[in-house]
Formats: sequence, C-alpha cells, structure tokens
Amino acid sequence: MNDLVRVSGLRVVARNESGADHVIVKDVSFSIPQGEVLALIGESGSGKTTIALALMGYARGGCSIASGSVDVGATAVTSLRGQQLCELRGRQVAYIAQSAAAAFNPARSIMDQVIEGARIHRILTRAAAEAKAIELFRALALPAPESIGRRYPHEVSGGQLQRLMAAMALITDPELVILDEPTTALDVTTQIEVLRAFKKVVRERRTTAVYVSHDLAVVAQIADRIAVLKNGEICECGPAEQILDAPRDPYTQTLMAAANPVVRLARESASRDQKATGPLLTIDGLTAGYGRRENQGRPENVVLEDVSLTLQRGAVLGVIGESGSGKSTLARVIAGLIAPARGTIQFNGAPLAPQLAHRTREQLRRIQIVFQNADTALNPAHSVARILGRPLSLYHGLSGPARNKRIAELLDRVRLPATIMGRSCADLSGGQKQRVNLARALAAEPDLILCDEVTSALDTVVAAAILDLMAELRRELNVSYVFISHDIKTVRSLCDEVLVLYAGCKVESSSRETLSVGSSHPYTDLLVASVPELRKGWLEQVDIPEAQSLVGTHFAGTPRLCSFLRRCPLRIDGVCDVEPPPHVVTQNGKQILCHQDLK
Amino acid sequence: MTTPVASPSADRAPAQEGIAHRAGFWRRWPRRLSLSGLVGVVLVAFWLLVAFVGPLFAPHGVGAIVADDSFAPMSGQFPLGSDYLGRDVLSRILYGARYTIGLALAAALLASTAGTALGLFATVSGRWIDESLSRLLDAVTCIPSKVFALVMVAGFGSSVPLLIFTAALSYLPGAYRIARSLAVNLNVMEYVEVARARGEGRVYIACYELLPNMIHPMLADFGLRFVFVVLLLSGLSFLGLGVQPPAADLGSLVRENISGLPDGSPAVMMPALAIATLTIGVNLVIDSLPGRARRLTRGALR
Repeated sequence: MNDLVRVSGLRVVARNESGADHVIVKDVSFSIPQGEVLALIGESGSGKTTIALALMGYARGGCSIASGSVDVGATAVTSLRGQQLCELRGRQVAYIAQSAAAAFNPARSIMDQVIEGARIHRILTRAAAEAKAIELFRALALPAPESIGRRYPHEVSGGQLQRLMAAMALITDPELVILDEPTTALDVTTQIEVLRAFKKVVRERRTTAVYVSHDLAVVAQIADRIAVLKNGEICECGPAEQILDAPRDPYTQTLMAAANPVVRLARESASRDQKATGPLLTIDGLTAGYGRRENQGRPENVVLEDVSLTLQRGAVLGVIGESGSGKSTLARVIAGLIAPARGTIQFNGAPLAPQLAHRTREQLRRIQIVFQNADTALNPAHSVARILGRPLSLYHGLSGPARNKRIAELLDRVRLPATIMGRSCADLSGGQKQRVNLARALAAEPDLILCDEVTSALDTVVAAAILDLMAELRRELNVSYVFISHDIKTVRSLCDEVLVLYAGCKVESSSRETLSVGSSHPYTDLLVASVPELRKGWLEQVDIPEAQSLVGTHFAGTPRLCSFLRRCPLRIDGVCDVEPPPHVVTQNGKQILCHQDLK
Repeated sequence: MTTPVASPSADRAPAQEGIAHRAGFWRRWPRRLSLSGLVGVVLVAFWLLVAFVGPLFAPHGVGAIVADDSFAPMSGQFPLGSDYLGRDVLSRILYGARYTIGLALAAALLASTAGTALGLFATVSGRWIDESLSRLLDAVTCIPSKVFALVMVAGFGSSVPLLIFTAALSYLPGAYRIARSLAVNLNVMEYVEVARARGEGRVYIACYELLPNMIHPMLADFGLRFVFVVLLLSGLSFLGLGVQPPAADLGSLVRENISGLPDGSPAVMMPALAIATLTIGVNLVIDSLPGRARRLTRGALR
C-alpha cells in the first residue's frame, strides 16, 4: 500500500484539575493514500482539530496522546521527541490555521514569514526561497505576486492572508498539509476564491492533505475521502461520493439533513390582519456611523448610507451581507444603541426617538435584541432565573411566585427544562445558551426581535433546531424578526423578505421567492452563486463572473456612486462611474440599486 | 407540522466543559490550593487571629516594664526577650499586630471600595466625567506615597484616622485604575448592551451587570493594597511618624529597638519577622488565587 499517513488506535486524553482523565479522541484509525485529501468533519468538540494536531505529534495544553501510533511516510510521529518533532513540523507536516490574521506576526513583512519555514529547516537559500514563494503566490492566484511579499499582514485582505498562509505551509514541500477550518472565518464570496486556490495547488502538487471543517458543502468540493467524527470517534469514513450520496451512519444523515435547510414556513395567515394596522417598522433614509460628526451631522465613518425598509407585523426580514456591510449597525440603530445621523424610524405608527434615553419603556419593551454570541450576551455572574426574571419585573412588574411561574413557562417555550432555572449560564451548552438568550427577549413580550447572527456560532444541527424554534415562536406569538445573517441559506429558510446590504447601502430588497429569480443586483447574484452546494464538482462548474479591474481612481471623490463598482462584472463604463445608481423596481417586485436596466 | 425538535444529545454535549470552568471559585479553591497557598492561608489566618484575640493572651501589659535588663534574650519568662526599656516583646507584638492589621485593613478596604465605586461611576458616566476623574487620579498617582504621608503627618499631626485616610488616599488611584480597566472591558460586552437596550439605568448596570464580574480580581487587588498599606504604615512608624507611643504597631517596635540590632536582639528581629510573615502570607494567598483574577491584578499593577 502506498498510504502516506497511517493512524491506528489513536487516543488523546485531557487531564482535568482533579486529575481525572477525559478521553477526547477514542481509538481512531484511518489512513490517507499519497496525494489524497481526507476531510475530518464534525461539530465542535468532536475532536477533529485534536486529531489533526496529533498528526504533527502535538497535543494542546493539558492533553496528551495516550496510545496509538501515527506514521507519516517513514516517520513514526508518536515516538519522536523534542528536536525530532521540530524537524518534522513545518518540514514534513505543515499546518494552516483557521485565523490567518492571528497566525501572522503583524510586525514582520509577509515574505519574511512565508519563507521562514524553509530558512529554519535550511533547505533553501534566501533567494531560492523567495523565488519559490513568488511562484506559489502566482499559483494561489494572489494579486501582484512579485511585490505582495513586501507588504505587511494588515495591508492585505483576509482571503489573501489565508492564501498566503497556504504558501507559508507549502514552501517546504511538505508531505502532508493540515488545513484547519481555513475558510470558516471568510465571507462566502472570498471563500470560493480561497477554495479554488487551495484546490488548484493541492491538485497540481499532488499534496496529501487533511482538511478539517464543520461545513459539509465546503468539504464536498475538496475532499477525496471524508471521515465523520462524533464525540471523538469516527462514525463513518469513506469516499466523498459515498458519504455525500449515500450516508450510512444515522449521524451523518442528520448532518446532511441539517446542511440542507428546509423552508420554515411562514404563517399561511400572514397577511390577514396586518393591512389594517399598517407596518410595524418603517425606516426611511437612515444614515449612521461612528466617530466625530462632520458638517451636516455626517459621522466620520459612515457605516449605513440611506437605508430604507418596511417590516410588516409578524413578518421576518432577512438582512444579508458580508462582514463590514453594516448589518449589525442596523440592528443597533433600531435598538437605540447607536443614534442615527440622519433618517427616521417609525415603530407601530409612532416615531422612534434616535436616543435610547428618549424612548419610552413601552417602546423599549416592544423591541428586543438577541446577539450572536450567547457567551457574551448572557452575564456569566447571573443565574438563568435572574437573566429571565429581570425583564419580567422591569416591564411587567412580576415578582415572587408569579415571576417564577412565568420563567418556567418561558423555559418551556424554548424547550428547556425548568430545572436549569437555578444554574449559571456558564454551565449550559452553546445551544442551550442561545435558547436562554431567546427566552430573555421573549420575556418582554416584544413585537419585534432583532436577531444578530443568532445561529452563526452554533453547530449545524443545533442551529437548525434554533431556527425551528424561532419559526415556531413566530407562528404562535406573531412576533416579527429582523434576522441578520451572512448565511444566505438560513436567511432563505426563515425570512419572508430579504434585504441585501453592501458596504452600508441597501442594494436589493426582494421577497424570499424572488431572491434568485429574474434580474438581481450583481452583488446578490455573486452572493447566491458563491454559496457552496452539497455536491462534488460544484466548485468546477460554478461560473462566477469576474470584474475587470478598474483603471484609475478619478471618481473616488464623486459622491454616492455605486458601492459595488469595483467588483461589479456588469459595470457599464461611462455610466456607473459617473452617476449614482437609481432605485429600480423590477417586474417581480424587487427593488434594486443599479444602472443595469438602462441598457 | 413536523418541526424537528432540538436533538437533546447534540444540544447538551459540550456542556460538561463549562462546569469546571467557573462553577464557584470559593467551592473549588481550597481543593486546588498549592503548598505555598496553604502556607499563605495559615499565616494570614494566624495574624488575623492575633489581631482579634492576641491581647487576651498577652502575659504582660503593653507598657509594663517587667524585665530587669533591656534587650534580654529569649527565656522561659520572656519568650521573645525584652525590649530597650525592659518591656515584654511578646506582649508588645500581640498588642502591636492589632494596630498594624487594623489600620491596614481599614485603609485598604477604604481604598478598594472607593476605587471600585469611582471606577464603576467613571465607566457608566460617559466620556467627560471619565476623562476628568481619570486625569485627576492620575495626578494623585504621581505623588510618592511616602512623601505624601510625610507631608500629611507634618501638616496635621499623627493620629489613627489621619493615617488611615492618608494610606487610603495614596492607594485609591491604583484601585481605581484597575477597577476602571476591568469595568470598561465588561462595559462593551453584549449583555451590557442588552441591559442598556432594555432601558436599565446606570446604577443597575454598574451594580448588577458589571460589579459581579469584577469582584474576584478586585479581591485579589485588595490583598495587594493591604500589603502595601502594611509596609507604608510600618515605614512611617519606623520614622517615628506613625502610631505614637506608648501604643505601638509592628513598625514602631522595629524602630524603638533598633539599637539592639548589633546584638541580634529578638526585640528587633521578632517585629520585623512579624511584618515579613504577614505580608508574605497575604502575597502567597493572592498567588494561589485562580489564574484569571491574579493575572488581571498583577498585570494592571505593574
């Protein structure tokens, strides 16, 4: 057999404070033939990163490799010590971490860091290493390969940095490359570029690789074999096609089901009573940002520019966009945490004061906000009962047994047992915390819940359960959501209306059904096309038009030009870089901010 | 409607890790105590006991001249020898510890409470109050505590309330700095934003959202302040500006018997040893605190 990597009976244990062992990885065995890519997939805590690190003979603090053997080529990794391990790492086995931003030293130039591995292991002279790095930059489709090495990490984008880290790993021609969630932190439109670059390099160099991810659709693009992990054990391991098309293990089937979200139906009676009472929330010409106010009250850093939207009672509005597009700022402005610079907000037919202090308690009660990360959104010093009890006594004046009864009801609503009432939220799992987080918003009995990336930090299966719960709450309580996400799949599965933000501008608003039908804003097209599909070969087939690079920046000072100009593949020179784009209503009722229809 | 309900196993699996993480620092602490931590606890407990009930066990009165010669060595009659006037050193230490520990406790408590309160106030009060308060207290920081204490004693004369006030004022800015830096970090947490969006007032946010999460590091900081105050007061007493005779704290015991030093008299060694064991004990306790609290405090002090 020409297996490059052979792992048998690997056990990794963690020792806790009282000295008891906790097994993280239980008797895992697998092998990877030369030139193949094995994907390790599983939810957080399944041991996938621990296994990947064990391939380098490394165990994180407090953990140790208890038994089993790891062989890479002719090297028995588990028997190496000290200096021998140093010679293995970065030379035979290289590692690409999730966050490139954290893995690069901001004080040194990129080239210095990329060739560091080759220099440490003394396999190339500096000049040869730099030449090789430039060759790798080119292979990874990085812009300006000759000069990018002279820049510093903060001078390139996140996606570029991730590819630079791949160059760093590949400079020594390692036998095995470990990629640990390398695209998880990236926007979908960037992810696809990075994935393509990785795949190309891996194929061309016939590198053997381990790809760690929680995202089946991403894995489907790059892996030859997939190992599905749960609680430190391999549930199923086989060729990618077999796992994707005919999963045998029930857990794999659950994962597959969660990756293909069902549409959580809106209430059939959605439009029954809302027309009479008017919209719940109307925002008109909203501009907001941070920093000092310049003339006419414009903030120094404008985050949201002229955003308008309408939300009907009981409806769900999805807000989608990449990081930095102003999604979270929108939620904070509606909640009153940031005062807008311009524009009006109408809620329940009455104007909503920009500042929190000028809003009535009743208005505050009717709008609740739920944040992404339940770890930071729930006070670790408070018990569950306290967290849920506070809005009850503040808004509804409940106390004593009446309050406890209501807390139990709320816990029941979010499908948590009433017994967790006295527990600190630090003792709860991620999914449970997010349920408590939702329950706190429900305690106020709001009309509108602002959900800021509520499922983004959760594993697929848990996230699906939270989405189901939200859909159910909406049916039963007639509450509206503004659902903010970077994930178009979740937005599609829950929302009636979708609003696409790009660089603070609303570039499109449409209903769920029409989102990918008919003509759309070019950015929406890009966004929709970039979401990986759960089948092999998608990456090769998908056609993402590339924008021609823009010559000159003479228009930079012209106000309010299309924000997507530089990346737009459909740009009309002489129009788009001269005039601000108009709001256009298409045949199927979409509103888009684009010049397209002028043709 | 076939809405799939959360699979309980998937939802609960990672919960276990969290339990050990924070589940009550007091419950977990003694079990994890290292040898040095244990030594610290024993020393601190001993000195606290001495401060409270020590004088009950004193064989002689605090000012009574009982020995025939000064600087007598240790003997059955005078376990720690006699001092320069022929008084019993053991009795003097048992009485003196009460001053040192009592004063230092009061001053450190005052400095830490006021510092925490001001730090919280500055954090929730917006930029202008925060800036002016911080700059004002920065100005206080740059006055050396010994010199400040000398000026205060020179100006108002030495008295117990003045000593407490002076020591508290010297160490307040440090406590404020740490409290404010902790509170500012907590203030941007999302649960504070949620509380603000809920319409909570500043007092609620300061007392219920911020304070509980900074109490442990502030306790560790309190321990350090206590040590500093002990050393400041002992130093002052050594200069003759602290607690005035016939009462004496540990520092003044060292000073009044300094002439016994060439002979290695226990009258000067023992009070010095008392100060050393007390401060080392508190330091050992602080070092045995769970990592986070200690790091925050130690880091911020430097």
